[in-house]
Amino acid sequence: MQVKIEELKKSFVEALSSAGSAEALESLRVEYLGKKGHIAGLMAELRFAEDKKAAGHLINGLKVYVEGEIERATEELRAAAIAAKVRSAKKYNPTLRFPEELGSYHPITLATREVEEVFISMGFTIENYDEIVDDYKCFEALNIPKHHPARDMQDTYYLDNGQLLKTHTSAAQNYIMRKHGAPLRAIFPGRCFRNESTDACHENTFFQLEGMMIDENISISNLIYFMKTMLSEVFQRDVKVRLRPGFFPFVEPGFELDISCEICGGEGCPSCKNSGWLELCPCGMIHPNVLREGGIDTEKYSGFAFGLGLTRLAMMKYGVKDIRDFNSGNLKALSQFKSN
Amino acid sequence: MFLSMNWIGDFVDLSGLDKKSLIKNFTLSTAEVEDIIEKGSEISGVVVAKILSVENHPESKKLHLLKVDKGDEVVDIVCGAPNVREGMKVALATLGGRIGEITIAPRKLAGYTSYGMCCSEAELGISDDNSGLWEITDDIPLGTDIKSVYGIDDIIFEVDNKSLTNRPDLWSHYGIAREFATITGRELKCPDLLDASQFDSLPPVLVDVKATELCYRYSAIKVENVTRKLSPVDMRIRLYYCGSRAINFLADLTNYVMMELGQPMHAFDNAKVDRIEVQCFPEGFKFATLDGVERNIDENMLMITSGNSPVAIAGVMGGDASKIEDDTTSLLLESATFDGVSVRKTTTRLGLRTDASQRYEKMLDPELCRVATERVLKLILDLDPEARVISSFTDVYAKHYETITLEFDKRYVDRYTGIDIPTETIVKTLTSLGFGLTVKGDSFTATVPSWRATKDVTIKADIIEEITRIYGYDNFEIFTAESPILPVRKEVLKSEEDRMKDLLVKSYRLHEVHSYIWSDIKKNEELGISTPENVRIINAQTPDHAIIRRSMIPTLLSFVKENKGYAEDFGIFEIGHTVDGLRDNGECDEQNKLGVVLYSKTQGEEAIFLRAAAAVRELAQDILHKAPEFKNAEPDYDFEHPVNSFDILVDGVKIGFLAVPHPTVLENIDKKCAVAFFEIKTESFASAPVARLKYAEPSKFPTVEIDVTFAAAPSSLDFPSLAATAKESAGELLSDMWVKDIYSAEDGSYATTLRFSFLSRERTLTKQELGVVVDGIIAAFAKAGIAVK
Repeated sequence: MQVKIEELKKSFVEALSSAGSAEALESLRVEYLGKKGHIAGLMAELRFAEDKKAAGHLINGLKVYVEGEIERATEELRAAAIAAKVRSAKKYNPTLRFPEELGSYHPITLATREVEEVFISMGFTIENYDEIVDDYKCFEALNIPKHHPARDMQDTYYLDNGQLLKTHTSAAQNYIMRKHGAPLRAIFPGRCFRNESTDACHENTFFQLEGMMIDENISISNLIYFMKTMLSEVFQRDVKVRLRPGFFPFVEPGFELDISCEICGGEGCPSCKNSGWLELCPCGMIHPNVLREGGIDTEKYSGFAFGLGLTRLAMMKYGVKDIRDFNSGNLKALSQFKSN
Repeated sequence: MFLSMNWIGDFVDLSGLDKKSLIKNFTLSTAEVEDIIEKGSEISGVVVAKILSVENHPESKKLHLLKVDKGDEVVDIVCGAPNVREGMKVALATLGGRIGEITIAPRKLAGYTSYGMCCSEAELGISDDNSGLWEITDDIPLGTDIKSVYGIDDIIFEVDNKSLTNRPDLWSHYGIAREFATITGRELKCPDLLDASQFDSLPPVLVDVKATELCYRYSAIKVENVTRKLSPVDMRIRLYYCGSRAINFLADLTNYVMMELGQPMHAFDNAKVDRIEVQCFPEGFKFATLDGVERNIDENMLMITSGNSPVAIAGVMGGDASKIEDDTTSLLLESATFDGVSVRKTTTRLGLRTDASQRYEKMLDPELCRVATERVLKLILDLDPEARVISSFTDVYAKHYETITLEFDKRYVDRYTGIDIPTETIVKTLTSLGFGLTVKGDSFTATVPSWRATKDVTIKADIIEEITRIYGYDNFEIFTAESPILPVRKEVLKSEEDRMKDLLVKSYRLHEVHSYIWSDIKKNEELGISTPENVRIINAQTPDHAIIRRSMIPTLLSFVKENKGYAEDFGIFEIGHTVDGLRDNGECDEQNKLGVVLYSKTQGEEAIFLRAAAAVRELAQDILHKAPEFKNAEPDYDFEHPVNSFDILVDGVKIGFLAVPHPTVLENIDKKCAVAFFEIKTESFASAPVARLKYAEPSKFPTVEIDVTFAAAPSSLDFPSLAATAKESAGELLSDMWVKDIYSAEDGSYATTLRFSFLSRERTLTKQELGVVVDGIIAAFAKAGIAVK
């Protein structure tokens, strides 16, 4: 019996060494470990053995040995196959370029979103309003009576039903005050229209962003603080601001806000007409008449308002030279604004 | 407006201060300075000299050979000016001197050497007269540097007119000088005047102000025997530097005083105008102004008349017939205040803006009338001692502005500024600006000076501006507000529009564009699209842009056409405003709309159309968590295809349309392409209730998908009702159903493969079981006329 077992082991080792495929290993397994296999045959002969216990032990040892060897060989084979796969693998080239079909946002959308985020973080609501308004909203409610020379500054498109295309986002001030009452802090990005001929620097259709903050004790000091903080966030640098007196009927005092010129760093260059400053945004303390029209108690509350030229901001941010590109629908220009 | 620092120096002593940084401070405290121009710096070594003799050049007709006495020496000069004359005093640029770019050196001209150059006014930059040499008539020793006697050296700065809109007082050197006095803390001097009350005993001018509502004040005085023709050199230089031109003494005087004090004045020839009425005419007529132009006067325009014959357009321009001529020696001098709005309307209607009208429009201070007259009298009588005043100062002061008194306290100033500006600073600033001020503890009472009281300073907040601008905004300490910060949410519409943009850009790779709010009628015509009537712009730049758009799609189709070369396949979208006619109250029915147009040269129209439909579905699903419905409908617009136009509905309400273009439109875009588009009212989208997301425990059992092909064209499948039929037949087990494939055979027949997806929460579904279920669906479809293939 012992001899038989030894011979069987020897023949297995031989057979295993020549089994070079998964199929050969499987048939070897069936030949030795199957129901009718050699090891099962030995087990059947066990009852004839002298020392049953010792023989049984030997047969079992063989079985464990065969199982282990087949498993090892299978594993080796698999590892070899993987190694062969790795060796024969095709090398890829990530530098090859194919058309990338990405959509794009309008640059005004991108600029608006950036500014909106800054203001949301400072607790301002984002408002929505019409493009077509009446004379009251655009002028009267803003302390610009009929025949006021300030109307000269804004050539208005009038409609045949008596309404008009709003000339500035300030036209939403009355609506926002009536909607929220005081206290409030809100911004309103919107499209404005002025009846003028277009060239690289002038458009009859452009975007502004109106901002307002009304509460008890809102001061000029607060206004400067918020403008400086907001603009530093928008331009992602510590922006220097300066205020000059500026006349707008809906604020008192009114200011022109300049920021230090980004191009020359304040040294003076052609972009800033050698002054080191760029005129960016009119602002001021909301005129008591305007607050009153908005239903706000002027004895209790004060507030500031500003108007940021979103289209101009987008031009500055992205280096757009011709303002007409924005409304051109020209995808060669507009499809470049992919990121958000 | 151009301003001369020399002139300002007449009223405030700015010696020892850096003029340029003063001007910069002016920008920060008062109004924007656009430009600073240094005058005279390019002129040097020019002295007063006398021509001793004039000889004709032997060979040149033009040139003369001169002996010129320059005080210390007589020099030879070769000169081409036509007006050379023996005994004439001229400005001689001496050797080593400079005129602009030229440094004077001995120079040979036609064989003779010239040791210097006699100058014209234009060459010295003091006027544009280049017709001959500047003749110096003043009694000045020869050899004197002309810059030491005349105001040739000056700093001129230009202030942006727009930034002076609300400051009538700043349209003059005197007003600007007041600002400089306040900014620097120096004293403001009064202009030299001649007290007109000394003429009270003379006969008055006949002045009759009929239109009292349009004329605050009209004053007049008569002067005769004015023989001086040429204004003094410095006056001429100042006028020229400030953008005007010297004409003759009388005309220059009124101009000069207007620039100095801000009061427009008019001098009539007294021989032609000896009485004054101020009135409007009931009917229009033609009137020639002194610039020689015939103008149409209408019944609203205020006129100055003399014996009811018009002689000037009030506040705008005098008439040609009564103007000062070179031989005029007697004049009637007008100094008046007209209503600003009336003057402005007149100039707009005439298309004629003048230095005078520009000032009147700003609402001038009527108190200026007398001051300006007294200033003119002082100048006339000083410069032409023969002149004689022959009337009293006649003054019709029809309408007064009320005196404005404002009360405020220190607490108000502190609250509004957010900082602590000392009381002394407040007092000093306001007093220097001309406010009358009484202080009682922390309370102030300020009387607004007349030159600020016509509209500029009317309320307390205006006082804040006066205090703070002089205090300097750069000197402000800045603080954040004390208001609590509350949670913020975007307007629903805004945030949904943002999400639509994200989805269309990121999932559908579309490009966002912007277009105008008006229809482009010409571009529409090029595409074969008629522009539907709508509210119109009455002052559009071209009639093609007069109609406000109803739909976003036509412009987007034009954009698609213009971008044909951009790519074989692309899509664009815009979220913008349109107008759907008028509401019952007559206002525009303004709508926010999303317009999307897809274009393809590689895919068929149906595929593009289905992609557009998928986008609508995804938008609804993403934003509302709801499936939209599509209903085949009559097109709203002629650019839609009569067959393939669909209403988009959410909760049974129409929110837009989905279509392919009318074949005519498509051909006009591109003969070989496919286009599909849809438009959604974002507002009704935003107002549709959002279905809540529902969570279902995932089944532990596998999903089984079974495909069945039906002999049916996709267009004949009413998908929502088939889905309902299938659900009814299969019950809970059917979890989803969609189009897997569409096959069109060459014979024109169609096959559509639908995929049914089954899932149980309790068990693994068997083939036999599902076979029965699918047979049931097929039978139900057959009843609906859809046969299995």
